[in-house]
Amino acid sequence: MNFIRMKYTKWFNISKDGLSKNNPIMIAVLGICSALAITNQVENALAMGAGVTFVIVGSSAVISIIRNFIPARLRMVTYMVVISSFVILVQMFLEAYFPFIFAALGPYLGLIITNCIVMGRAEAFASKNPIRYTLVDGLANGLGYTYVLVLISIVREALAFGTILNIRVMPEAWTDWVVMAIAPGGFFVLGAIIWIFRELTNNYENA
Amino acid sequence: MADGPSVFEIFIGSILDNNIALAFILGMCPLIAVSTSVKNAKGMGLAVIFVVTLTGIINYPIYVLLQRVEATYIALLVFIITIAATVQFMEMVIEKYFPALYNAFGIFLPLITVNCAVLGVSLFFVNRSYNFIETASFSLGSGIGWMFAILLLAGVREKLGRFGNVPKGLQGRAMAFIILGILSLAVIGFAGLASVQ
Repeated sequence: MNFIRMKYTKWFNISKDGLSKNNPIMIAVLGICSALAITNQVENALAMGAGVTFVIVGSSAVISIIRNFIPARLRMVTYMVVISSFVILVQMFLEAYFPFIFAALGPYLGLIITNCIVMGRAEAFASKNPIRYTLVDGLANGLGYTYVLVLISIVREALAFGTILNIRVMPEAWTDWVVMAIAPGGFFVLGAIIWIFRELTNNYENA
Repeated sequence: MADGPSVFEIFIGSILDNNIALAFILGMCPLIAVSTSVKNAKGMGLAVIFVVTLTGIINYPIYVLLQRVEATYIALLVFIITIAATVQFMEMVIEKYFPALYNAFGIFLPLITVNCAVLGVSLFFVNRSYNFIETASFSLGSGIGWMFAILLLAGVREKLGRFGNVPKGLQGRAMAFIILGILSLAVIGFAGLASVQ
């Protein structure tokens, strides 16, 4: 009974939007650069997902708090400054505690700034809603992004290196598909995943 | 530089086998969004060449300055502000002195601020420790490479939209990724021609 009632609350709808109905990668197709460039290892995908989630939640929260003080003409610049401060935080944190991941992600970590998801949530949601909804929205979008990233990276790592999280899953005779480790593999896997997802949810695009 | 690639190698390499869009997967959002017609792709491509080259050249001395005062951790913030300012400034100059060009660029100029290829170029030259001349040729090459990619993609998508019979779920962006994958395979065919790193 509780669950049925929950279905109609704003909280539930916001989460559902981020996780499936308007999933940032699969439906809106935003933030693709990082989704493809670093997903040849599950480890990197997890780190990237966590980083982006943190940046979305943090920057949306700050923007939501100061949303009434931002002049309309300067809002893009304000968002940029807030977002890049959080990205620098993530960068410093990873550099200090996980230098391997920091080296693997390289410049793509800094590119979280131009990840359209972060900017998109700031503009579309955080600038209009109070902080308690913004937090849910940021988290839902971040997690929606992360699970697609992990999905892509599981497929790619298994096919490219025969491992998942550096644990061997493929039989010994497995020949590694080198193409999966580089750019084309990312494109193909993401294309296929979007296709499957759209067929499953009957959410087609007219183009 | 005695070792490492020459300036010309960097230029050719960043157009072909180290193409910023097809090999490093940068600038995807506008690449997918604007590649529905060749005409728009051309406008966007030109605007990107312009901005990437300019910001690369501007960001390099700024980075050197930041290195001197040991504040490189703030580079990211400075780069993005430079890019936003450059785009804004360029928009005003072009609107005032080259109205024809301004009409050709249309709405693409402001969109470039969030094009990750632009920021990506600035971050890559830091990562690969290029000198000034190398940065300039890398920036120009990357811009041209990006335009090359979006023109190819737009050409294929335009024809496919008119004559192709694409499954329902693959229509639109999903198909764009499959095309990009094939293009990116083609670019890998140039591997070994010139190395950028």
